[in-house]
Amino acid sequence: MAGSSEHHGTDWSVGAFLPAVLPALLFVWAAGYLPLIASGEVARPVLDWVPSLGIALSFLIDGLSLTFTLLITGIGTLVMLYAGQYMSGHKHYVRFMSYLTAFMLSMLGLVLADNLIALFVFWELTTITSYLLIGFDHATAKSRRSALQALLLTGTGALAMLAGFILIGTVAGTFELSEILSQPGVLTEHPWYLAILLLILAGAFTKSAQFPFHFWLPNAMAAPTPVSAYLHSATMVKGGVYLLARLHPGLGGTDVWLWTLTIFGAITAVFASILALRQTDLKQVLAYTTLMALGTLTLFLAFDDSVAITAAVTFLIIHSLYKACLFLVAGIIDHGTGTREVSRLRGLARAMPITTAAAALAALSMAGFPPFFGFIGKELMYKGGTEAMHAPIFVTAAALAANALMVAAAAIVAFRPFWGRGEAETEPGVTPHEAAWPMWIGPAILGLGGLVLGLAPILAAPLVNATVAAILPGGEGYELKLWHGVNLALMLSLATFALGFLIYAFSDRLRAGLAALEARNPIHFDNGWDHVIDGVKAFAGWQTRVIQSGALRVYLRITFVTLFLAIGGTIFAFGAFDVSVVFPNLLVKQWAVILLIVAGTALVVLTRSRITAIAGLGVVGIGVALIFIIYGAPDVAITQLLVETLVVVLVAVVLLRLPYLYPEGKVIHRKFDALLALALGAGTTMILLMVNAGPLDRRLTTFFEQASWPEAYGRNIVNVILVDFRALDTFGEIAVVLVAALSAFVLLKGMKREKAE
Amino acid sequence: METALAFLIGLLVAAAIYLMLARSILRFLFGLLLLSNAANLVIFASGRLTAGAPPLIPEGADAPVGFVANALPQALVLTAIVIGFGLFAFALVLVFRAYSELGTLESDDMRIAEPREPAE
Amino acid sequence: MNSLILMAGSRILVALLVVFSIFMLLRGHNEPGGGFIGGLIGAVGFVIYAISCGTASAREALRLTPETIAAVGLGVALFGGLMAAFTGDAFFTGQWLFIGETEDDKGLPLSSVLVFDVGVYLVVFGSILSLVFAMEEEI
Repeated sequence: MAGSSEHHGTDWSVGAFLPAVLPALLFVWAAGYLPLIASGEVARPVLDWVPSLGIALSFLIDGLSLTFTLLITGIGTLVMLYAGQYMSGHKHYVRFMSYLTAFMLSMLGLVLADNLIALFVFWELTTITSYLLIGFDHATAKSRRSALQALLLTGTGALAMLAGFILIGTVAGTFELSEILSQPGVLTEHPWYLAILLLILAGAFTKSAQFPFHFWLPNAMAAPTPVSAYLHSATMVKGGVYLLARLHPGLGGTDVWLWTLTIFGAITAVFASILALRQTDLKQVLAYTTLMALGTLTLFLAFDDSVAITAAVTFLIIHSLYKACLFLVAGIIDHGTGTREVSRLRGLARAMPITTAAAALAALSMAGFPPFFGFIGKELMYKGGTEAMHAPIFVTAAALAANALMVAAAAIVAFRPFWGRGEAETEPGVTPHEAAWPMWIGPAILGLGGLVLGLAPILAAPLVNATVAAILPGGEGYELKLWHGVNLALMLSLATFALGFLIYAFSDRLRAGLAALEARNPIHFDNGWDHVIDGVKAFAGWQTRVIQSGALRVYLRITFVTLFLAIGGTIFAFGAFDVSVVFPNLLVKQWAVILLIVAGTALVVLTRSRITAIAGLGVVGIGVALIFIIYGAPDVAITQLLVETLVVVLVAVVLLRLPYLYPEGKVIHRKFDALLALALGAGTTMILLMVNAGPLDRRLTTFFEQASWPEAYGRNIVNVILVDFRALDTFGEIAVVLVAALSAFVLLKGMKREKAE
Repeated sequence: METALAFLIGLLVAAAIYLMLARSILRFLFGLLLLSNAANLVIFASGRLTAGAPPLIPEGADAPVGFVANALPQALVLTAIVIGFGLFAFALVLVFRAYSELGTLESDDMRIAEPREPAE
Repeated sequence: MNSLILMAGSRILVALLVVFSIFMLLRGHNEPGGGFIGGLIGAVGFVIYAISCGTASAREALRLTPETIAAVGLGVALFGGLMAAFTGDAFFTGQWLFIGETEDDKGLPLSSVLVFDVGVYLVVFGSILSLVFAMEEEI
C-alpha cells in the first residue's frame, strides 16, 4: 500500500464514510439488547422463511452472541471508517467495501443463528468472503495461493463440521441450538459422541487456526491491513472459538473435550508465541500473537469452572480490542513510512503522536499492565489456571509462557517502532507522517477502550456475566476487578513481566537463533500443504486417466464391476436369506415360454448375422409378452408386443445401412467379460430369489384395488394408477419419451444439414 | 414359476452384459434391449406372479373379486417399456450417426473426445 | 415398396387402426387399453402407411407434423393435471363430471383424467412417428 500514501487526507468524500453507517446502526441495534441480556433473559427472534416447509430463520440472542455481535459491529464500524481512508483511490474500492460488508453480515449471521444448518451456511459465507478478501490483491501469486489455502483448509474443516451438525441433529432430533443445548447429556452420553466431537473440532480448529492447521493464518496477512485487523484477528478467526463456546454446554464437560482442547490450545499458544519472535514483519508478528490468543482461548474453554470461562470471555474481548487496534496501527505505519519491517522502524513517536498513544494503550493492555483491562484478563487466567481441576501446573505454565512472550511481542510492535532510539529507515521519498483522522480514530477508541474497561470493569461485567451464563448454564461470571490483593495470580503477573522484559532484551539474538533453527528444521507445515495439494492433483490426474480412458468398454467394465461389488458385497455383509431352490414343477406352456426366451437369447449372442440377431431379439420380446399374458397383465403384454414390433421395424431400417457384424472372437478370448457377465447374472438371480423368499408388502396394491373404483371411477386398476394415482410420474415419463424422440430427430436432421453444406 | 423366472432373468442379464461388453456397438445395442427386457421382468416378478386374473374390477363390484394380479408392478413396467423404447431408439440413432461420421462400429476406435494417448 | 396391394390395403388398415386406437384409448379406464397402448396402435398404423406409401404421403395424411402432435400432447396432459387447480385440489387430482347421472347409472363420465390420457396418447403417437419418419427419410 506504500504507493497510495499520497492519497492521505486529500480525497475523502461521502463514499469513504458511507460503509461505516451500516455497522454503526447495527451496533446501536445490538446495544439495545444489553438491558435485556444483562437481566439474564435471552431473545429468540424468528423470521418465517418457507413456512409451508417448516423452514424458519431463527436467531438466538444471549450473552455470547451479543458479545460477538457488539465486537463485530463495533470494530466493524471503526475498520470501515479506517478502510474508507486506507483504500481511498483504489480502483476496486467499491468491490472491497462490498466484500467487507458482506463478510460482516455473514459473521453476524454466524453468531446469531439458532439453527445449526443456518449457522453452517453463514460459516461458509464467511469462508468465501474471507477468500475474496485475502485474494483481493489478485494480481500477485502469493495472495492467490494464500486465499486458496485458507479456502480449502477452512472449507474442508467446515464440511467435517457439517457432518458433525447432521449427527447432532439426528441424535438430538432438532437442529435448533436452543433446543439441543437445553437437553443436557443428550450428546455426551450418546455412542456417537466421539465422532460428533471430532468432526466439530475439525471445523473449529481449522477456522480458528489451531495447531497443526495454524499456517493459513499468517499467510492470510496477504490481505489488505483492514482485513487483517477485522477478519483475521478480531472476528472471523474467533468463529471457531465461538463454536466451541456455543457448544460447550452440549459437548463439554467430558475428559476427551478437556484434554483435546487443553493440549491443542496449549501447543498452539506456546508454539505461536515463540514463532512470533522469529518474525520481522509487523503484521506477521501480530498474526502469530493472534494464533497465541486463539490457542489460549481454546485452552480455557476446555474447563467448566466459572473462573476459567470468565477468563476466556474477558480475554476474548480484550484481545479483540487491542489486536484490532495494533493491526490498524501497523497499517498506519505502513502508510506513513512505506515499510513494516520491525528492524527498520525507530523513533516514530514524534511524527505520529496520536498513533503512538493509541499503540501504547493497546500494547499495555496486551502486555497486561495494570490498570488496563488486559491485566484483569491475565489475573483471571492465572487464577483459572492455578485452580484448574486438572493439570493446573501445565495450564499455568502454558499461560505463563504465552503471556511472557506476549509482553515481549507487545514491546516489539508498539514500543520500539515509536520510542526505539534512532531514525526510521523509510522508503525513499516518504517522510513519516500522521494519518488522517478517520484512520487514527479507530485505534484511539480501541486503545482507550482497554483502559476504560480496566478502570471500570463494572461496565463490562453484565455482558461478561451473561456470556459466562450462556457457556456454563447456571454458572456465574467471576467478579471482575483490578485489585484482588496480593495472591498467587499477582505473583505470576510479576514473573510474567520480568520474563517478558528478559525475552525482549534478547529478542534480536533469539530471532537469529530461531532463524538458524528454522533453517535446519525438516518439518514445514506450509510446504507440507503444497505437497498435499500436489498429491491430490497427481491422484486426480491418475484416477481420471484410469477411469475415464475414453473407451466405452472400459467404462462399462468399471460400471459392471462396481455393480457386482455392490451386490456381492451386500450379500456378503448381510448374509443371504435362506433360499431353498426346489426344481420347479411347471406346466408345458410355461416350459415352452422359457425355452423360447432361452433360444432367442442364445441366437442373439451366438449369431454373426444381423437378421438372425433381430429375429432372436423378436423371439425374446414375444416370449416376455407371453409371460405377461400368462400372469394377468394384458395391458403390459399389449404394450410389449407393440413396442417389440416397432423395435424390429426401426432396427431393420437402420441395420440394413450398417456393415456386417464382425466376429468378436471366441468366448475363450473374452474370459473376463464372460465371467463378469455370468457373475452379474448369478447375482441378479440371487437377489430375485431372496426377494421372493421374503414377505411381500401389498399395502399399496391393496389401497389401489380398494380405491380404484370408489374414488377414481376406473375398473382397470393399472390404467387408474397410471393416469390418476401416479399421474405426475406418468407426466414425467411421457416428457422423457418426447425428449428422446426429439433428440433422435435432431440428430438425424442435423446429419442432412451437414451433408448439404 | 418365480424360481424358474429368477434363473431365466439371470441368464438374460448375463447375455445382455456379455453383449454390451463387445467391441461392436451394434452388439451393445442388442445387449441393451435384452437388459431392458430383463429389468422389466425383475420388476414384474418381484410383485409375485398370479396366473390368470388381471387386475380389473367387474361391473357392479367396488373392488376386484377374488385374488388378482398385483397392479402396481404392472403400471411400473408399462411405462418402463415405453421409456425403454425411447431410450433404445435414441441409442440406435446415435449409433447410426456415429457410424456415418466415424465410419466404424468398433467402440474402441471411437475416440474423438478422448484420443488415445501417444504412448499407447 | 411399391406393392399396389399393400398400398391399397394400408389405407384401409390405417383407418381401422386409428379408429381401434381411439377405441382402446377411451375404454382404457375400465378395460385393458389406455393412452400408451392407444398411442402405440395409432403409431403402428401410420408406420405401416409410411412404409407402403412413403413418408411424404403419410405426413400429408397427418396434416400436422408429428413433433407438433407430441408437443401438443404434453401440453394437453399438463392441462389435464392443472384442471384440479380450478377446484382448489392438489395438481393431478382427477376431476369428474357425470352427465345424466342417476341412482344406478353414472351416466356419461367426463374427466380430467381422460384429458390426461388423451395427452399421453398424443405424446406417444407423435414421438414414435417423429422418430420413424425421420429415420425413413434420413437413413
